[in-house]
Amino acid sequence: MTKSTEHDGPWEVERYELRAAPVHHFTANRREFVQVIGAGLAVVVSIDVAHGQRGGRRGGGGDAKLSQRFQLDPDGTVTVFTSKVEVGQGSRTQLTQAAAEELRLPLDKIQLVMADTQLCPDDGGTAGSRTTPATVPSVRRGAAALREFLAEQAAERLGIAQENLTIAEGVYSDSASGKRLTLAELIGEEGFAAKLSEAPATGEISKHSDWKVLGKSANKTAGREVVTGQHKYPSDIQLPGMQYGKVLNPPSFKAKLVSVDLAPAEAMEGVIVVRDGDFVGCVAASSWQARHALEAIAATAKWEEKPQISSDELFEHLKKTAALSGSGWGRPQVKEWGDFKGIGAIFRESHNVKHLEVAYTIPYIQHAPMEPRAAVAQWEEGKVTVWAGTQQPGRVVGELRQVFRLNEDQVRVIVPDTGGGFGGKHSGEVAIEAARLAKAAGNPVSLRWTREEEFTWAYFRPAGLIEVKASVSGDDLISWFFTNYNSGGSAIDTPYEIPNGQTRFLPTDSPLRQGSYRALASTANTFARESAMDEMAEKVGVGPLEFRLNHLKTGRLKNVLIAATEKFHWKDVPSTQAYDNRGIGLACGTEKGSFVAACVEVEVIDNQIKVLNVTQAFDCGAIQNPDNLRSQVEGCIVMGLGGALTEEIKFQNGKVTNASFSQYGVPRLADVPELDIVLVDRPDLSSVGAGETPIIALAPAIANAVYDAIGVRLRSLPLRIT
Amino acid sequence: MQQTISFQVNGKPVSVATDGERPLLDVLREELHLTGTKYGCGEGECGACTVLMGDDAIHSCITTVGDVADAEITTIEGLAAGDELHAVQQAFLDKQAMQCGYCVPGQILTAVALLRAKPQATRAEIIEGMTGNICRCCSYTKILAAVEQVANQS
Repeated sequence: MTKSTEHDGPWEVERYELRAAPVHHFTANRREFVQVIGAGLAVVVSIDVAHGQRGGRRGGGGDAKLSQRFQLDPDGTVTVFTSKVEVGQGSRTQLTQAAAEELRLPLDKIQLVMADTQLCPDDGGTAGSRTTPATVPSVRRGAAALREFLAEQAAERLGIAQENLTIAEGVYSDSASGKRLTLAELIGEEGFAAKLSEAPATGEISKHSDWKVLGKSANKTAGREVVTGQHKYPSDIQLPGMQYGKVLNPPSFKAKLVSVDLAPAEAMEGVIVVRDGDFVGCVAASSWQARHALEAIAATAKWEEKPQISSDELFEHLKKTAALSGSGWGRPQVKEWGDFKGIGAIFRESHNVKHLEVAYTIPYIQHAPMEPRAAVAQWEEGKVTVWAGTQQPGRVVGELRQVFRLNEDQVRVIVPDTGGGFGGKHSGEVAIEAARLAKAAGNPVSLRWTREEEFTWAYFRPAGLIEVKASVSGDDLISWFFTNYNSGGSAIDTPYEIPNGQTRFLPTDSPLRQGSYRALASTANTFARESAMDEMAEKVGVGPLEFRLNHLKTGRLKNVLIAATEKFHWKDVPSTQAYDNRGIGLACGTEKGSFVAACVEVEVIDNQIKVLNVTQAFDCGAIQNPDNLRSQVEGCIVMGLGGALTEEIKFQNGKVTNASFSQYGVPRLADVPELDIVLVDRPDLSSVGAGETPIIALAPAIANAVYDAIGVRLRSLPLRIT
Repeated sequence: MQQTISFQVNGKPVSVATDGERPLLDVLREELHLTGTKYGCGEGECGACTVLMGDDAIHSCITTVGDVADAEITTIEGLAAGDELHAVQQAFLDKQAMQCGYCVPGQILTAVALLRAKPQATRAEIIEGMTGNICRCCSYTKILAAVEQVANQS
């Protein structure tokens, strides 16, 4: 039997969360190198070592001290410190709600300082949907401890028993005597700070039934700044004396700089030219001037380019280079159950057994956040501060320390709320580039990648080839053999009850630099599995819904599948075996402790697939902010339309050939189908993240609907009828 | 070529000594420090850099500063009347039509131009008019609802 899908974590951290390494390596100053090693910090060994020194508490290995987590201001405002970042997923508002809930304060009395490595306790990076299951509870436990401590202090000050104390809106009062005390008065007391630093870090959090702030929609805390253009993103940071930078990029991946003439840029007034090994950049008073200076240099550059795998030979290459053994990140993941060794025999047996042997492919795609990578760097007395758009401030500190050979107290990374991430901003390339330029310029430097640079030099969602062999006897699946080449092991386990099977993830030699993307490989694995489920169902003449229900245990996945299909009126919509160009399809899946099912209706006209409507049910435990959850679920569905229908990085000999929004189609307003979202609230269960799993069921549901519409089975993303 | 270019931004006259070929977007952000206008693609495909020239929405990333000499430019910073938000800004807040919010200034200015031309724009007209503005967080249903709210008030 397969492993239960009812788990509540911990699930395995996907290997691609850490895959992409920094691209720049500056020439070592031998003395600095020795000094750093002499100080006992082996920061040049690997990023992971450097990162491990900061990120040890990732995922919740103990709560921050109250004095690290909170600052109390005389006006009664409580400031919460966290290393988490806001990239649009709503963490700023959600963590504000979490603190307000436990502190019994209105939302406007809570402020958040996020992702400043000098000021914030390390809650880990913003990845793997960990903010909701790990950071929200940690902030709540701290806020509860603070509330208890403050109540104790207030009762003492008012001279009453603590059980007689009423707390509301930042005022402590005793209804019997009418005595009252404001939070501001309380914290103004002498010796308060010393007492606070001794207080326990963890308190008892409120039960779901007592929630007053959590569980309700809260408006985005920075909404007014956003609509008035005042909200500052990393690319908006401007410092006195700041200049603008531009970096020379190779004409193709892995190209080596042979020679370059810096003179044309050096001759330009006000331009500073930087060369450090293969790193070449220009700094000037404006980005326009920096660009022109760099273009003058680029025209003289000679490169040694290397022949490379192109997108039309990608999947062959992935299969050919698959690692069947290995260690560390390159290690294959293999899971076997039942009589998996007999699968070959089952597969060859023809008596009463039907078989499926198919392959599915998934291309590289790009996150393409609206704000490309951007950073501002400033050096002061040997220390560097970088404002950068990244989901991993701690890791970027590690990267900066590694390449500049700095101690921890010499690097500060601050992440202003950032214009989109989607798993694409785990690395610190732009922070390193801005820091290198600023070091040479002696002034703060702002650097923002162009869209073309973002499409080319940011890492990609891994491409994948997935092979499925399955057998069915009567109406029952009896064996399941599933191999994912390259794209990853997330959601590779089948949630269906199948007695014999094997799932394998095999790493390969990826021609492109790859890394995390919203939901990681879950989208690829769910696409292959849910497409194959429909193909098997058809072989035995059972409907797609009934076939799945027959193989699912009672539980949350079955529940969302029933919820989605009931809302969609699945059973009332006739399956259009007449192939009249309209069709319906469904798919479901689970990842990171949440559960999703989607039903879609498509129309195919002139070989173009149009998704008319999507009904999706989603369960992520107790809902903390319904409106934000809806935004995340809708955002996943619509973003998933791109990966399903249009998005694909094309590359030839190390060059991306569609590195622009005019050539790489992403979903737009006109593409949005009718959306019907069923949010399944489970107050009895703990909450998990919601920014990833709602993307995984869409592509297979569309592929299944296309088959229903026109009888053509599409096994490659993006889905195209040729 | 260095020249002095005069135009109006948010009702105030400005003069900038710069290369006339420089994108308006860069001049707004780097010379005038109006960072509410965002870079998204540099080719007029995503709408993040949208500003108003008179009543028309233009892409400031592919408009040179020389092109706007003597023109009246409105950026997101100039849309509200003091503390009172423009109806479209208020609608985006009411409908919470944002996630990361980076595309929102361009979305709002595109909607303002659309509604000036067609105050009672239909849903189909709004979709057609707004489909040039990409939102990668894909808050599209809420963006549509916000613009429809204003159109329905007219």
